[in-house]
Amino acid sequence: MTDIGNAFIQAFELVVGLDPDLAEIVLLSLKVSLLAVFLATAIGLPLGAAVALFRFPGRGGVIVLLNALMGLPPVVVGLVVYLTLSRAGPLGVFGLLFTPTAMIIAQVLLVTPIIAALTRQVIEDLWSEYEEQLRSLGAGPARAVPALLWDGRYTLLTTVLAGFGRASAEVGAVMMVGGNIDHVTRVMTTAIALEVSKGDLALALGLGVILIVLSGTVNAAAFMLKEAAIRKHG
Amino acid sequence: MDARTSILPLELSGVSFTAGGQRLIKDISATFEAGPRTIIVGPNGAGKSLFLRLCHGLIKPDAGQVLWNGGGDATPHQAMVFQRPVMLRRSAAANVDYALHLKGLPRNERRELVAEALARTGLSRFARSPARVLSFGEQQRLALARTWALNPQVLFLDEPTASLDPAATHSVEEIISAFHDAGTKIVMTTHDLGQARRLGDEVLFIYRGRILERAPVDRFFTAPENDLAQAFIKGELLWWRRGEGAEENEDREEGE
Repeated sequence: MTDIGNAFIQAFELVVGLDPDLAEIVLLSLKVSLLAVFLATAIGLPLGAAVALFRFPGRGGVIVLLNALMGLPPVVVGLVVYLTLSRAGPLGVFGLLFTPTAMIIAQVLLVTPIIAALTRQVIEDLWSEYEEQLRSLGAGPARAVPALLWDGRYTLLTTVLAGFGRASAEVGAVMMVGGNIDHVTRVMTTAIALEVSKGDLALALGLGVILIVLSGTVNAAAFMLKEAAIRKHG
Repeated sequence: MDARTSILPLELSGVSFTAGGQRLIKDISATFEAGPRTIIVGPNGAGKSLFLRLCHGLIKPDAGQVLWNGGGDATPHQAMVFQRPVMLRRSAAANVDYALHLKGLPRNERRELVAEALARTGLSRFARSPARVLSFGEQQRLALARTWALNPQVLFLDEPTASLDPAATHSVEEIISAFHDAGTKIVMTTHDLGQARRLGDEVLFIYRGRILERAPVDRFFTAPENDLAQAFIKGELLWWRRGEGAEENEDREEGE
């Protein structure tokens, strides 16, 4: 019990004292996850909107696939990226394995289906509400895309945050393709896993608290933004 | 309205529309000239809304033709107002602006048209309000403002006052009259027979996907020729009480 109590006190000191090792890990985590979510959004939003608005052969299959990929196991993604980027793999020449870039690639693969699948649902619902009116004003699906994305912006923000939640909390894939190398690819989740197995509960707890506070803050901000938007725009 | 080439007359010949295996519009032929306000009446499910959508071009007929002045593209010169106005999640002014943007007008020309349309519909003070927090009646007026800015030659209205209170109905009717005064051809469906008398020049009675009577408004309400139209304006629930008579009527029509 005293061990855990001491660990909490040490963790508090690490966080408050802005321990440089801790800060480095947190910053790398944010950098990897934010970049991954940014790229996944850039791919997922147009992809989701396209699947929602256009009719093409195999559309049903694409929707099922996107929904299924939302639950993609991170270790499988890690394995696939590992095999692709390893020396013998098709992209081995770039020497990306065990770099932050490899971690970003893995997280993009994990997050893009979430953003695309949720975007498809949001845009499809909006289009069914707007279709007659927009067609009457002369806008088919393609011309309507900007207006639909804009009108769905608050729901889509929640979608992007769901992606960020998945990226920042995920440990299996970044562990495999990043390797958890100190000062290079060590992020919050992999550090927590390592420190717990080493018995250094202080650092693990400190990181855990930061991770939770971070995701709590982000989601609270999103919730308040959405509530304000509903009050304002109806 | 101005010196533009008219898109009228609108000519429907042998137009049919089928959905779910049911023929909902049956071989309708009709011509609409510029000028008289046409009011379409008929029981629920008669095909009034479908008929408007076929004219407007939102749906395509399975058979027959919808021709504007012999066959040009009339899309930019005709507009429609729906029973339930659909507003984008932006300000009232931005909603009007968006319609003009879709029409391809440059930004500097749009501003003045937006202001004028809002003024004509009495919505100037709501210009910056989010459109979706306006009352239902105000949203319907905004839908009319959006249409006013587009300056159409023909305006279709699908029960525009169906869920409005008398005051809101009155202001919507005034705007519709203003459209007519400005030279826009009005084609409108309604369940409010008083409204049909107030706004209409001629009445089209649609029943089970067919036009059974078309007459000037006075004659339609005083001496309708069709027995179903007579029953309808008397308020008889003809779609079930007179079900068999209606079938006979259809057979007779088909035999012609």
